[in-house]
Amino acid sequence: MALLQISEPGQSPEPHRHRPAVGIDLGTTNSLVAAVRNGIAVVLNDHDGHALLPSIVRYLRDGGVAVGREAEAEQARDPRNTIVSVKRFMGRGLKDVTHAENSPYDFLDSPGMVQIRTVSGVKSPVEISAEILKVLRARAEESLVGKAGGELAGAVITVPAYFDDAQRQATKDAGKLAGLNVLRLLNEPTAAAIAYGLDNAAEGIYAVYDLGGGTFDISILKLSKGVFEVMATNGDAALGGDDFDQRLFCWVVERAKLAPLSSEDTRLLLTKSRAAKEFLTAHLEARISGTLMSGETVDVAVTQKEFQEMTRPLVAKTLGPTRKALRDARLEWSEVRGVVMVGGATRMPHVQRMVAELFGQAPLNNLDPDKVVALGAAIQANVLAGNKASGDDWLLLDVIPLSLGIETMGGLAERVIPRNSTIPVARAQEFTTYKDGQTAMSLHVVQGERELVSDCRSLARFELRGIPPMVAGAARIRVTFQVDADGLLSVSARESSTGVEAAIAVKPSYGLTDEQVTQMLRDSFDHAKDDVHVRALREQRVEGERMLEATEAALREDADLLSKEESAALRAELDALRKTLACTDHRTIKSGIERVNRASEAFAGRRMDRSIKRALAGRKVESL
Amino acid sequence: MNLNQNHFELFGLPARFAVDAAALEARYHDLQREVHPDRFAAAPEIERRASMQLATRVNEAYQTLKSPLRRAVYILRLRGVDPEFETNTAMPPQFLIEQMSWRERIEEGSEDPEALVRLRGGLREESAKIYEKLRGQLDEGGDDEAASGTTRMLMFYEKLDGEIDDKLAELET
Repeated sequence: MALLQISEPGQSPEPHRHRPAVGIDLGTTNSLVAAVRNGIAVVLNDHDGHALLPSIVRYLRDGGVAVGREAEAEQARDPRNTIVSVKRFMGRGLKDVTHAENSPYDFLDSPGMVQIRTVSGVKSPVEISAEILKVLRARAEESLVGKAGGELAGAVITVPAYFDDAQRQATKDAGKLAGLNVLRLLNEPTAAAIAYGLDNAAEGIYAVYDLGGGTFDISILKLSKGVFEVMATNGDAALGGDDFDQRLFCWVVERAKLAPLSSEDTRLLLTKSRAAKEFLTAHLEARISGTLMSGETVDVAVTQKEFQEMTRPLVAKTLGPTRKALRDARLEWSEVRGVVMVGGATRMPHVQRMVAELFGQAPLNNLDPDKVVALGAAIQANVLAGNKASGDDWLLLDVIPLSLGIETMGGLAERVIPRNSTIPVARAQEFTTYKDGQTAMSLHVVQGERELVSDCRSLARFELRGIPPMVAGAARIRVTFQVDADGLLSVSARESSTGVEAAIAVKPSYGLTDEQVTQMLRDSFDHAKDDVHVRALREQRVEGERMLEATEAALREDADLLSKEESAALRAELDALRKTLACTDHRTIKSGIERVNRASEAFAGRRMDRSIKRALAGRKVESL
Repeated sequence: MNLNQNHFELFGLPARFAVDAAALEARYHDLQREVHPDRFAAAPEIERRASMQLATRVNEAYQTLKSPLRRAVYILRLRGVDPEFETNTAMPPQFLIEQMSWRERIEEGSEDPEALVRLRGGLREESAKIYEKLRGQLDEGGDDEAASGTTRMLMFYEKLDGEIDDKLAELET
């Protein structure tokens, strides 16, 4: 017979039974890890007292990897092997990557997800993210278990609410690859709502406006008696603080009239732009200055007003999703009790102002927008790991952000599970054969709101074989979609008269084993023609040669239209362009072309005048 | 939890069209507190799978009972009446004329979000009256054939409502 254990008040009878679990915010710009300690959620710092780990991974020639500040310090020197904002590539194909041609990476298109060729081999975004997670895992183990390599019960990893199935699956894979037991994928705005709601004993309808480094989410939640119920969510999986940096960077390049920049200089000025953006949150003017590799110095001032003006369209892009979310929740603005601001980018005053105007109330800023997501994730991780304490009786009901469907005749998407359905959710739909004697049926699973399959994201294709031959329309094929609590989909199909079955988890494999990495390397040579850089380079060379020929022909014809100085200046630009043609960076060629364009603007105008005059003169001659 | 129960039995509510929304929600939360996968994250695989199935079932039941239209269809099916949405498209001519008129008004307002929102308000007022009629037919009259016809009508209204939302979304992009 077991004896009753009597413990001191406030002391757990079996302290060693506490199962350490962590919440991880795997962010576009920064990542962090938090845990519940003595009943309170805290962010875990590194040895130097830093909470934020820059989400930057640098691959070294010797096979080593640097993560965080160390990688950040070298990014301008080694941009091709230093991956920033890898979150933007998770579960994404090359065609989905915006401005791929302007990024320093050597992209490889591969089925399912883009890959990056680095000095230490081809890396998938899953592997790169796993490097970040490994560092956070070691930090947590040391802090919670007392030694690196100790046992964590598990981790909750947050994802943008608007992440689709492929992006979620990629995140979960990264967690597994980093050796974590992924207890749950948790939507970032929901994590913030948990932290905020529990902290403030909030009740009623709340909106969470989450503008991070690379993603935007808006979630509408109903908080009542310990239940966090997401009513609707919307967003933009490719909009965030990064875009503001990019916009300012382009402005600086224009303002300083800079020649085409190398990857190194680009990274340098992007970093300076980001610092200026942050400075402008509390100051009216910022300077962006630095020395380029050529020795040329850049020194540009930007006012808060100018910055807000140039980035206004980006802020405006959050309006549509916000309205849609509220409409999907069937709510009016006045019913929203509070707007919780999450993500570093919400610090910008014009973002704050727009949200205030939209909702007709001042947003809530009493939580650190960088940390609230990790704290919420830690609170959930603690409960999921089984460390229940009083007051932990809350319940979380989340939704899927995008509709799931199947391709039907004519390339149309038939919706099977509508967006904003509470998860877990399952739905079955019946399909039939359209030809006599048809024995197989191929199923194409898609995600998105558009009618045409080609406008939706393709998640998986699979085949149901062995259907007994019947007349068209006689077979009954029941396709079942199941979405679990992580928001991940699995699909099964069954012919009901015979019981022929086919099932898939919608899970493209992202090649994580050594063999697969080797295979990826080998494939990369075969796919060279698909390489964006190679393609862009070829296009720019053709364009540059065309430009040279045309301008030289014009000079032969109409050299008298230019002064000696003008002619010399134009010829100098032509020589410069000719030299860039040998260069392997397509952007250098592109800017050479642009410079020739600018230098020949007046010349082209005068040539146009002359040919008009010639044409008029000809007519006069004719009419005489 | 008994999987053979119908949605009303699962929620401990009478199988009527008129539902107490607060009671429905409270019961939903109670059930999810018991079965939700978050309660079983540290449990063995088999329990986790069972939890997902039960939570899925509870969600399905709640969504069905919460939506007046889905609830009406569900009640009719429980009573062995199939509203035959797929095959029975014959509607009274007067109703079809009204539908066309709504559709024209949506088209006319399709450039003006405020007009669309007003239109949606009118549409919801109108359909609220029809839902009230449906309640009478289902809960008092016991006229399931008539209720089927009314339910089919409401399908049209819900579709119009969705179209207005789509138009509003279009205007924002």
